[in-house]
Amino acid sequence: MRNIDSAGHLRGESLYLDDLPELEGTLHAAVFGSPVAHGRVRRLEIGPALETPGVVAVLTAAEIPGENQIGGILPDEPLLAEDEVHYDGQPMAIVVAVDEAVARRATRAIRAEIDELPAITDPREARRRGLLIQPPRTFSCGDVDAAWEDCAYVVEGVAESGGQEHLYLETQGAYAHRTEKGGLRIWSSTQGPTVVQRCVARVLGLPMKEIEVDVTRLGGGFGGKEDQASAWATMAALASLRTARPVKLVPHRLDDLRMTGTRHPYSSDFRIGLDEDLKIVAYEVTFHQNAGAAADLSPAVLERTLFHATNAYFVPNVRATAYSCRTNLAPNTAFRGFGGPQGMFVMEAAIAAVAERAGVEAAEIQRRNLVRVGDTFPYGQAVDEPTAEATWDRCAERYDLAGLRRRVAEHNARDPVRKLGLAVMPIAFGIAFTKTHMNQASVLVHVYGDGSVGVSTAAVEMGQGINTKLVQIAARVLSIDPSRVKIETTNTTRVANTSPTAASASADLNGHALVRACSAIRGRLLSLAANELGLEAGSVDLREERVVVGATATRLGRESLDWESLVRAAFFRRVDLSEHAFYATPGIHFDAETEKGSPFGYLVYGTAIVLASVDRLRGTYEIEAVHVVHDVGESLNPTVDGGQVEGGIVQGIGWMTMEEVIYDEAGRLRSGALSTYKIPDVYAAPKRLEYELFETESGNGAVYRSKAVGEPPLMYGIGAFFAIRDAIRAASPEARPSLVAPLTPERVLLALYPQGERATEAAFAEGEESPAEVR
Amino acid sequence: MGSEIRFILNDDEVVARKPAGRTVLDFVRRDRRLVGTKVGCREGDCGACTVLVGRRAEEGRVRYRSMTSCLMPLGNAHGAHVVTVEGLNVDGLSPDGLNPVQRAMAEEGATQCGFCTVGFVVSLAGFCLAAEEITAEEAVAAIDGNICRCTGYKSIERAAARVSAALAPADVEERVGWLASNGWIPASFVSIPGRLAELGASVPYEGTASGTGRRGSVGGGTDLWVQRPEEMEGAPVDLLLDDPRLRGIREEGGRIVLGASTTVQEMRESPLLLRLFPRLKRHLKLVSSTPIRNMATLGGNLVNASPIGDLTIFLLALEAELLLADGETRRRLPLADLYRGYKELDLATDERVVSISFAAPGGGTRFNFEKVSKRTHLDIASVNSALRLEVEDGVIREGTLAAGGVAPVPFRLPATSAGLAGRPAAAETARWAAASALEEIAPISDVRGSAEYKRLLLRQLVYAHFVELFPETVPVEALL
Ligand SMILES: Cc1cc2nc3c(=O)[nH]c(=O)nc-3n(C[C@H](O)[C@H](O)[C@H](O)COP(=O)(O)OP(=O)(O)OC[C@H]3O[C@@H](n4cnc5c(N)ncnc54)[C@H](O)[C@@H]3O)c2cc1C
Ligand code: FES
Ligand code: FES
Repeated sequence: MRNIDSAGHLRGESLYLDDLPELEGTLHAAVFGSPVAHGRVRRLEIGPALETPGVVAVLTAAEIPGENQIGGILPDEPLLAEDEVHYDGQPMAIVVAVDEAVARRATRAIRAEIDELPAITDPREARRRGLLIQPPRTFSCGDVDAAWEDCAYVVEGVAESGGQEHLYLETQGAYAHRTEKGGLRIWSSTQGPTVVQRCVARVLGLPMKEIEVDVTRLGGGFGGKEDQASAWATMAALASLRTARPVKLVPHRLDDLRMTGTRHPYSSDFRIGLDEDLKIVAYEVTFHQNAGAAADLSPAVLERTLFHATNAYFVPNVRATAYSCRTNLAPNTAFRGFGGPQGMFVMEAAIAAVAERAGVEAAEIQRRNLVRVGDTFPYGQAVDEPTAEATWDRCAERYDLAGLRRRVAEHNARDPVRKLGLAVMPIAFGIAFTKTHMNQASVLVHVYGDGSVGVSTAAVEMGQGINTKLVQIAARVLSIDPSRVKIETTNTTRVANTSPTAASASADLNGHALVRACSAIRGRLLSLAANELGLEAGSVDLREERVVVGATATRLGRESLDWESLVRAAFFRRVDLSEHAFYATPGIHFDAETEKGSPFGYLVYGTAIVLASVDRLRGTYEIEAVHVVHDVGESLNPTVDGGQVEGGIVQGIGWMTMEEVIYDEAGRLRSGALSTYKIPDVYAAPKRLEYELFETESGNGAVYRSKAVGEPPLMYGIGAFFAIRDAIRAASPEARPSLVAPLTPERVLLALYPQGERATEAAFAEGEESPAEVR
Repeated sequence: MGSEIRFILNDDEVVARKPAGRTVLDFVRRDRRLVGTKVGCREGDCGACTVLVGRRAEEGRVRYRSMTSCLMPLGNAHGAHVVTVEGLNVDGLSPDGLNPVQRAMAEEGATQCGFCTVGFVVSLAGFCLAAEEITAEEAVAAIDGNICRCTGYKSIERAAARVSAALAPADVEERVGWLASNGWIPASFVSIPGRLAELGASVPYEGTASGTGRRGSVGGGTDLWVQRPEEMEGAPVDLLLDDPRLRGIREEGGRIVLGASTTVQEMRESPLLLRLFPRLKRHLKLVSSTPIRNMATLGGNLVNASPIGDLTIFLLALEAELLLADGETRRRLPLADLYRGYKELDLATDERVVSISFAAPGGGTRFNFEKVSKRTHLDIASVNSALRLEVEDGVIREGTLAAGGVAPVPFRLPATSAGLAGRPAAAETARWAAASALEEIAPISDVRGSAEYKRLLLRQLVYAHFVELFPETVPVEALL
């Protein structure tokens, strides 16, 4: 089934936040951000901004009626900075004006007098100074210190991965207006309506019941609107409260880039040990997570890094320690994969490094160490399906890994300039919020008198196709045509206490709850039908909109008993046609004291082969092909799931190759525009991308066994890094490219020619005439 | 002289009494509430705001091109047909309400969050209306200015291939008629040429009286609206894009003359230039994106004076000369002399670039252009370079090397250029040229690369010039 929103998107009729018709008297807001990354505020001069024609109000922390605090996990982040600033662009004041351009221009009239303090951008330096978000955490199993003895190969090194801007095509945004009795209604571009509701209530000093949050859809989220939509919504709400007018706040892309965080950069030390048989015996890793200036979701992201520190491999002796380091960057936050990719990257880097030492293909080591049924991950969860090996083997066979490798070698022997490289990337990614309590969802279903159905859930549609899947589920349980079902906006007054749409878990959580709600209604309708027909309950069934007994359609009087007449009958017989249902993932647990448990409902596995080419003359590269076998359990919607696979891979490739978040020493973002921060365009996508949605027999907790698919494919992109690296080594066997991502053309060229251009001058000095003579 | 901006927006004639510097984006979204057109960046870099702009061309036809409305001054819409997605929807012909472009995308799952989608639909419609070659490759080329963060593009590529296949039977002579009668575009497109002629836009738009001070030259606006968007809205502007005196590409007395308002795309399509520079299409594909090339002018590129302007580097190697005019006063200036320091020009306040000319390449001319950026397409160079050589019997008679990103100005390397004469077209000359170039440059570290990288990269690009130009006599192995 096609994405149910396709036609609206393609005709330009789908409404996003900034497209909503404006209420009378709407004002527009813009945010003034700190001009420095760290300092003590002496004075904030807002007078000139206030005097700008068209400006209605300039709001500072002093105007906040409740608590000036938006930190979700830790209370360490003010909505508007007061005495100190901790990152460049940190919001200090909100300008509210008659239009956006006036508001933006007026922010430039604000002056902040700040005594600058040194800015820290490097997480290792933050650790040295004891600037940690929380005490370090360690996951371990076996006895690492003793295990090195048993290793034939031990390699240690440093691996680094960079930040990644979410670059949702729709920027953040919110639109707030007052309702009667001092409440507020807020349209927000958020993945977490309840997160926004809670945050606004806290800052405005109102009970949650007075705050209604509504979300139609997002023009992309990727984690960037899980926690970080709240600040914008709260600022819009505050402005609306103070001006008594509707206020829209949609930041300019440049402000969005500067003021919001990215995927966490990590700098990590690893040590890996293998025995003669290439079995990984021991792995030790220390992660330095660059959290930015406030906790935001960093502790939870860090936890997932630890969960996925050994990726899809069984390692008997592990010690993984993670430091969440406080720096003077905009707080970093959730991004598809949520720390998992950063953990896996270090593991893959370690394998690449030890493969070079042992003189074998990395794939040899990877294949030999994949998890099997009965293995446990360092945090205690047992592997209960053979899918890691199964997807690897299927991928190797279907896409002829051996043949590909041969062709790469043949090509490289022939072509002096364009070198090919290959890498295999297996993944294992756990599904559930790692905070067990968040694994809950509720839905509200109404069947209307005409047989059409309205569904409200906690899930937010942001392109991942959740609404399409929910339509499918409701139609399936109720045995009706999907066109009868409408997915309503996500609204805190219809569904309360929602978990954000994140962790790939929304289809599972909301889908299961929806199955329950629809089943209850179906049950009531069937008992009514049996009753009306004078049959035993349980003898009638609903199939393709008809009440049947066995395979025979039924009649009630002269009419055939179909969906519409059944619903009509239910209404007149005073049967409840609405249902609220709740779901909480069973059986998951985790104990943070011992760092052990079984936190995931299930894991998603898969394997990708990535082929890259490097132009040895120019240092540029292309991703030639990606071949994937991806575990879906049993796909509820292959079009939607395939779209997630393709999109995730390209996003992952972007993170590993061209997407480079650059800060200067003063903590200012240098890559703060689309002209300086590059994400893949159509030509940067792999030339070929083939995937198989791999079906398995094993039981899993997914709704209709259709496994979560949002995040895992991103991690195949890690293979691009190692494929390019492989090509560099094919071009220049003595090259020892560092394990630093992203692997930009700059890093590639410098790796290809480690002496840089100095060699040129040397050649020049020997025998050629000097340019001075020519001049 | 008029102070009204007259154009057709979708099916409606518009007489806009708005500042010429208001963007078409703000006009359609805010003033007209056509919210199908999206805002992703306001910098020309995402394509979410793409619209089609049809202008009257030869034989009473209208030539449509995609443009980013966020950088397009409303004044440049004068006399044109501006088409947003609302003007591409075809109603009443199919149950799903989708035209074939939209249906191809729906069927391939080429839309996820949908925010980029309209831009892709518009760009592909531009392909349908204007492509000279109907191939899947060209259909994909039409979306090279559209960024999508969700799909990973493969589904969009498949949709583009479907579109090009379905378009194959289209009558090339009567494309608009064919598209309209087959439900690809609304029937109203057919009457647009006539309506544009009657629009009364033959009176050139003279700009608003609003704002005081000097009227600044505006070409396509792709630099000005990125650098100073808020100021430009109300600024008094002198719109040069449609000025016939600044247009056209011709050969005159052994020189090639390009009007300053020639767009990059027009260069890329010029039969004359393509004959003289067989690789021009490929080289200019490395410059920005289709919608930006459709707007960006040569004059704008040169006067913008970016140290890494691609066309500037291109023309420096060709030893181009400018014709400048200040009212009636005219003068000629070698392009290399225009640049005095970082964004400092030998150009008087009211002076305009009229045209750019260079000696027509002869049989012995060899020319190559190289550019490396973080992302190959739609990105600014880390380093770019052009090399022109006049070769006779395997010996270089004279030549010019130019490079961007290695100095505060777009740089013609004088010593290396002078030293090329008399050297063989061989690997040793490549090595010499690279080493000499490295003596002349002083790159700085910035967001596009470290100084160390830029030095190494220029060496490699000099090697690449020789490898590309002399595949027979410069074996690549000699330079690796
Ligand atoms: C997304 C994007 C990508 C880009 N990519 C590239 C790229 O890859 N390579 C590249 O080189 N550039 C690139 N650019 C820069 C830009 O497109 C070019 O420099 C373009 O050629 C500018 O032309 P314009 O007509 O749009 O300039 P405008 O913005 O109209 O004008 C630029 C300057 O030139 C002056 N000017 C214009 N015409 C004249 C004239 N006839 N006489 C005197 N002064 C004049 C204006 O007053 C202004 O100061 C990119 C820009 C964008 C937005
Ligand atoms: S809004 Fe991004 S190109 Fe115009
Ligand atoms: S579909 Fe979301 S950006 Fe393209």
